[in-house]
Amino acid sequence: MKQKYLPLTATILIFVLSYALCAAQYPNILSTRVIGNLLTDNAFLGIAAVGMTFVILSGGIDLSVGSVIAFTGVFLAVVLEHTSMHPLAAFALVLAITTLFGALMGVIIHYLEMPAFIVTLAGMFLARGMAFVLSIDSIPIKHPFYATLKGFYYKLPGGGRITLIGGLMLLVFAVGILIAHRTRFGTNVYALGGGTATAKLMGVPIASTTVKIYALSGLLAGLSGIVFSLYTSAGYSLAAVGVELDAITAVVIGGTLLTGGSGFVAGTLVGIFIQGLIQTYITFDGSLSSWWTKILIGALLFAFILLQKGIIHLSRDDRQRA
Amino acid sequence: MTSILRTYLARLLPQLIALVAIVIAISMTFPGFLNLDFQNGRLYGSLIDILNRGAPVVLLAIGMTVVIATKGIDLSVGAVMAICGAVAASFITSGHSLFETILITLAVGLLCGMWNGILVAVLDIQPIIATLVLMVAGRGIAQLVTEGAILTFNDPGLIFIGSGSFAGLPMPVVVWLVFGVLVALLVRQSALGMLIEAIGVNRQASTLSGVLTPVLLIAAYMLSGLCAAIAGIIAAADIRGADANNAGLWLELDAILAVVVGGTSLLGGRFSIAASVLGAIIIQAINTGILLSGFPPEFNLIIKAAIVVFILVLQSPRFRTAFAFLAVPGRAAKTTEQEAK
Amino acid sequence: MQASSDNILSAVRIDKGFPGTKALDKVDFHLQRGEVHALLGENGAGKSTLIKCLTGAYRRDGGSILLDGVEVDPRDTFDAQRLGIGTVYQEVNLLPNLSVAENLFLGRQPRRFGMVDIRAMNRKARELLSEYELELDVTRALASYSVAIQQVVAIARAVDLSGKVLILDEPTASLDAHEVALLFRIVRRLKARGLGIIFITHFLEQVYEISDRITVLRNGRLVGTRNTADLARRDLVAMMIGRELAAEIHAVHANAAEGEPRYRFRNYGRRGRIDPFDLNVRGGEVVGIAGLLGSGRTETAEVLFGAHRADSGTAEIDGRRVELSSPRAAIRQKFGFCPEDRKTDGIVGDLSVRENIVLALQARRGWTRPISRAEQNRLADLYIRALDIRTADREKPIKLLSGGNQQKAILARWLATEPEFLILDEPTRGIDVGAHAEIVRLIESLREKGMSLIVISSEIEELVAYSTRVIVLRDRAHVAELGGERITAHQIVEAIAAANERRAS
Repeated sequence: MKQKYLPLTATILIFVLSYALCAAQYPNILSTRVIGNLLTDNAFLGIAAVGMTFVILSGGIDLSVGSVIAFTGVFLAVVLEHTSMHPLAAFALVLAITTLFGALMGVIIHYLEMPAFIVTLAGMFLARGMAFVLSIDSIPIKHPFYATLKGFYYKLPGGGRITLIGGLMLLVFAVGILIAHRTRFGTNVYALGGGTATAKLMGVPIASTTVKIYALSGLLAGLSGIVFSLYTSAGYSLAAVGVELDAITAVVIGGTLLTGGSGFVAGTLVGIFIQGLIQTYITFDGSLSSWWTKILIGALLFAFILLQKGIIHLSRDDRQRA
Repeated sequence: MTSILRTYLARLLPQLIALVAIVIAISMTFPGFLNLDFQNGRLYGSLIDILNRGAPVVLLAIGMTVVIATKGIDLSVGAVMAICGAVAASFITSGHSLFETILITLAVGLLCGMWNGILVAVLDIQPIIATLVLMVAGRGIAQLVTEGAILTFNDPGLIFIGSGSFAGLPMPVVVWLVFGVLVALLVRQSALGMLIEAIGVNRQASTLSGVLTPVLLIAAYMLSGLCAAIAGIIAAADIRGADANNAGLWLELDAILAVVVGGTSLLGGRFSIAASVLGAIIIQAINTGILLSGFPPEFNLIIKAAIVVFILVLQSPRFRTAFAFLAVPGRAAKTTEQEAK
Repeated sequence: MQASSDNILSAVRIDKGFPGTKALDKVDFHLQRGEVHALLGENGAGKSTLIKCLTGAYRRDGGSILLDGVEVDPRDTFDAQRLGIGTVYQEVNLLPNLSVAENLFLGRQPRRFGMVDIRAMNRKARELLSEYELELDVTRALASYSVAIQQVVAIARAVDLSGKVLILDEPTASLDAHEVALLFRIVRRLKARGLGIIFITHFLEQVYEISDRITVLRNGRLVGTRNTADLARRDLVAMMIGRELAAEIHAVHANAAEGEPRYRFRNYGRRGRIDPFDLNVRGGEVVGIAGLLGSGRTETAEVLFGAHRADSGTAEIDGRRVELSSPRAAIRQKFGFCPEDRKTDGIVGDLSVRENIVLALQARRGWTRPISRAEQNRLADLYIRALDIRTADREKPIKLLSGGNQQKAILARWLATEPEFLILDEPTRGIDVGAHAEIVRLIESLREKGMSLIVISSEIEELVAYSTRVIVLRDRAHVAELGGERITAHQIVEAIAAANERRAS
């Protein structure tokens, strides 16, 4: 088997195994209702994680995601409350803002040669600050269009539902996979993660690729914010704190190398499912405490970091023998 | 000796100027800002408040400075704070003496630091990734210790650390002052400071010169863990309980910011603990100042972001080279002088 | 020089200077269609500077470049590629994490309906590689293939993109005999297609195997261009290291160390880096190490110092077994080591000259016993004066000093530890003439004080001047030892050339 599929295979294996274990204990977990909820509850996280996957594949990081989600939610709530703008127009407007915001961070990272960690940390403060400025209260969104959107779902046999936002997440993943593997931009993202200097020598447009990556992450964080506002029917500036961390974790558990250059968008989806499954299991169990989620996820994170370290070692040895 | 003192002051000058400017700005909008009262054997006033409220970040920044000087970063300090607060609360409530409780809590902090240090120095994992593990899992571990509840205690000794006073100053201020001075003396009076800087600038060359790199790296992360433990005790003592969910939440970012404001480069090398402490106080002064001046607190984060961006731009290599072109020789010399600081 | 119609690439009177040094001084270079042209010279001779000027990686200060008789001025490596000059480096400049096909077609992937047509790309990649006798799974990551195959993929990409001139910069450095044979078959095939190929290597037998002509550079100047068939091996070595310039100097060391060796290394080595060797060193002795680049000189030094732990053999000091398992262990035995790559292994750039000088001593004492500031100042001033380190003051960051002064500061770092066994790897490389002479004098005086030194240098005259013995290396093994009257530039050159000849036969 190709080495690059090894972490992804491990992820899928862990997911299937743990799902089987859960199902053995609680057969109900196999029901379409649970699966539908898994999709709906994790939709905003999944969409943000797709953007994060691209950022991490390129060797960067984006800490602003959670704040951008909160900003988007508050922005929508405020706009819909105070103006007569149609939600769709508001969606387009906020997506434009968050995309620009991401692009701006990309510009600073590339042209001022500053570490992505710190630039996006500033972005995190800024986005959350903007949300605070718009409103410090939780504002409910009562626009009838929201109710309409929530009414859309696909009924699965067995009573489960794929809601609009759950479906949207799957769509975003599909498009993300396409972009990552079937476009020149996607290959350029991997190229950046493989080594900026070499990529530059080989003709990859570093500047535009970097800016596009962070713009994409901003766009998807905005979309995730829209989904989150649909999910909660409210905008709150303290919402979605730490979502970036969950997204990063999903990406790494999904088999993507945190140093960049190797991994799959599809893996991130499995990473999301694993996190969701742990939560679902703990809910089902009832007696297990919620903190095991964090500890388990931390342990998984550690296991994957070690696994990837091992693979890198192995491939180095392999090449020497070859 | 005076020349050393002068270079020391010169290093801190930008931070001092910034702090003074902020204090003046606040006292102009809020006249009572500079007032100090002495009541019940303790000083009161906004300035003291800043020093008191800033205690956890100051403490975290002390450890973070040393870690960043080795070209590393420690994302786990907030979570370690939560763990240590939980440990302290659970030991004191289960009947251990204050001394035992503090000793064990500090040991737990050191252990957390050692874990990070081993991942970085022995397994050679990038610091940002290595410390992410504990950042994610740490809060869960803290909740495991407190069993999900906010573990309250009423041991007067432990509470004293959070809200008591000593020599007219609130205990947290006394703790970070004493600890900061101790650490600064330790690194500067021993050869630790220089060796750590050498590792941060060029790990390979340092190892070839016989520097015991792995041990020093682990020690740096252990110091950071120890700082987080002390900060955790103070935070818990302050609210008379351990809140595993919120103790130290996002404080790692404030600590990193304090180090950056203090002028220590994220690329490792030269560091100043005093400057990072000033950086932390600057951040706290801004927070308090915005609160006091009647400025809507919503703007707090935006101002913080603006300050980060401003400092980052000043530190950016591109920006410096761009200005090296423009600067006339005399001014160029001045900027390099400032850089040296 | 040659009829210009034959020349696919001509570089005329190329000048390039860096602050303080002249890297290329009016160098002429002509490459013909369908020839393999070896470009030779020791480190710092100007080979890579010339290549970088040809490919636009550096802007030349003067001179002109003609490609197919037309003057060209490549702005960067891309531009050069577009014009027809492709380069393949020793460190394969491809992306190991991408698939072979993606590496071949990065930036020009075939597309259908705006999406990359992966099947077409893979098919084209297979077609392209079949011209190079390679049948690979082009969808696998480049990293999963050996360096030789990566090298061929890099050549395929470069030729596909450029197609007139191919520059091979030390492509064989990490290949075994079979892989070199594969590479050479491909080079011959490309030559038959009419490409002009510039081949840079330090393996002389490969030069004789594959090249048609040889151009030698030394110290940034052209020494000459010869037909390979007409150039005897020893003349070539002489051209490269400049024996004819050196009036057979041989310093006779009257009091050259006698008596029992203090340091005995038996069967000492590390697999994959340096074959096991025996080495005895007396007090007051300078053992010179000669050999071409890549012959195992630096590897010898690193194993002796414990930077790479020896996996065979024993080390003894004054009859006592010692373990030199790490630099710290070696330093405890009073060893010192000035590495070849000053920038990555030597200086700690942001720290001051003072701190750089006391670093090793401080590391040996441990952090709990700091050297007082007064003592640091005294040591720094002492060595700044003794070695004439040119610096405004001892607090200046060392990265702001010139190469020669950095080298002296590193020497000072070790002298401050009062070593008894000092290893110097290319101590005079890349530094100006004045500092050069001072370092040679310093080596002499250290020897006279009874220190044992190992000095690695590619400058033969220098070795002759200070060595009491010279060990000749090739192919990561110690192959000859010269002592006493036999230490002459002529003998050393003979030994290096003979060693190479033996291998070729």
